[in-house]
Amino acid sequence: MRGSSFRSVKLPLMLMTLPFFALVVLFNYVPLFGWLMAFQNYFPGTSIVGQEFVGLKQFERILSDDQFLHALRNTLVLSLLGLITSPAPMVLALLLNEVRRLRFRKFVQTVSSFPNFISWIIVYSIFFSFFSVDEGAFNRLLLHLGLIDTPTDVLANSGIAWYFQTLVGMWKGLGWGAIIYLAALSGIDQELYEAARVDGAGRFREARHISLPGMMPTFVVLFILGIGNLLAGGGFEQMFTFMNPMVMDRLENLDTYTYKIGLQGLSFSYATAVGVMKSVVSIVLLLIANGVSKRINGRSIL
Amino acid sequence: MIKESPSYRVFSSLNYLALGLLALATCYPFYFILIYSLSDPARVVGNPSFLLPRGLTLVNYSEIFSKNDFTGPVLISVGRTVFGTLLTLIGCSMLAFGLTKRATPFRKPMYIAIVMTMYINAGLIPNYILIYDLHLLNTFWVYIIPGMINAFFLVLIKTYFEQLPPELEEAAMLEGAGYFTVFARIALPLSKPILATITIFAAVGQWNNWMDNLLYNTRQELMTLQLMLLRFLQSQSYSLRDAALLAATQDTLTITPTSLRMTITVLVVVPVFLVYPWLQRYFVKGIMIGAVKG
Repeated sequence: MRGSSFRSVKLPLMLMTLPFFALVVLFNYVPLFGWLMAFQNYFPGTSIVGQEFVGLKQFERILSDDQFLHALRNTLVLSLLGLITSPAPMVLALLLNEVRRLRFRKFVQTVSSFPNFISWIIVYSIFFSFFSVDEGAFNRLLLHLGLIDTPTDVLANSGIAWYFQTLVGMWKGLGWGAIIYLAALSGIDQELYEAARVDGAGRFREARHISLPGMMPTFVVLFILGIGNLLAGGGFEQMFTFMNPMVMDRLENLDTYTYKIGLQGLSFSYATAVGVMKSVVSIVLLLIANGVSKRINGRSIL
Repeated sequence: MIKESPSYRVFSSLNYLALGLLALATCYPFYFILIYSLSDPARVVGNPSFLLPRGLTLVNYSEIFSKNDFTGPVLISVGRTVFGTLLTLIGCSMLAFGLTKRATPFRKPMYIAIVMTMYINAGLIPNYILIYDLHLLNTFWVYIIPGMINAFFLVLIKTYFEQLPPELEEAAMLEGAGYFTVFARIALPLSKPILATITIFAAVGQWNNWMDNLLYNTRQELMTLQLMLLRFLQSQSYSLRDAALLAATQDTLTITPTSLRMTITVLVVVPVFLVYPWLQRYFVKGIMIGAVKG
């Protein structure tokens, strides 16, 4: 073995790990140096290295940018609506848990979690098929039944855009979200239910005093993560696919705005500054939410 | 059996009704699109069928496959799914194997750095500049290489490798087998379940991905099926009425934009639908592992 341990042990192991680890570093950590652009006046096509630093100029610009503030408003509203509806998967899990016919329960679970696995483009295609003005099934049906005289364009109705997108998000994520809570429910000690029954508790009281508290830790974790994601505003993909000129003033969130000013408007430094601000604020929010949760009920997720 | 209160029985029936409606609300849209794609375009334009295909025909499908505009995106989507999945599988399993071995230098910091990528994102523009600097812009490789190592997959495989019995491996090494042999001949064959899981996750992820196409690829011949459908949808939102009228007045067998859209949608959903039974089963397991780990 003399002298050969490096060649027979360390070398093969390094060959197995280092090239792939280098890819991880390259695509996840190297771009972080791009954050320097937020403090420069970078122009596409030049090098980041050697640019003049302009301090916090780009960040000052953020605060006086009306379009940014508009996108920020939409982002916060969409995120808050998401947080308000976040107990829905927990409720679905409770309802599924009350179903005694296992086949039916499995069926609902399987069917309702399918949309989680299709792309936002498909989701948009589906909603377009139902809600577009001309061909939309929804309009056709209402016209057919004589309930309306002229087709309504739900997808271009800016008055309901926030709520509609919240519904779309639920259509995609509700069933899948419930599965996490069902896992939590299956982890509850069955003896608790038996003891409750001996004490004469009905199904409603079991749900309220055993099932619901059993799901709370999961809910708290997801809620804290949700607060950390307050600046996601429904994310890029959903808003980008459902965007049209009529609802743009309601669906433009920070992500789509960054895309617009960065890749379409070529203001690389400014777009990066918006992105950096978003990351920093998200981390701060996450830490605050985690701290509050720790204070109140002793649960920390970090 | 404990007697259920009358109010619970009322609740129970309402519960079945509500859950049934939820299932319907998820199922029916897919069914509606399927029957539209199977209907004679001229007979459903502006007047869709809600229950059964009207004038059952495969003309939409034959039309799509006879048009050259579609074969390209189909090939690109299939290609990225096959190659991307394969390379992710090789990369993640080899890296995970190395990270389970004590002798690997810096294995702990490497593992932590990989797991942390789940929470780190430099953002749109910095990522774009990196892709640009690496000359990956407008190449097929931009679909494959940046996402090749996935932290979530890596954690799953590593966890699995760690619970394999070490005896087989030790015996093979005493016989003079090297790490590459042990990896390929012992670790991989013993890990078929987790590899199957990762294959399905990665394949669905590749098939569904369109962000990399939108951001990094403007070349027409490298367009994926997903983005093509989006472009098609975007062009329809404004000009649909004219297009539909135009199509309706033409030859009765002419495919309409709506029929075309429905048919592409079906084609994009079907592969996911086919692997869904496995997807769902493994995903629940994956979440459990994640929950235990986290």
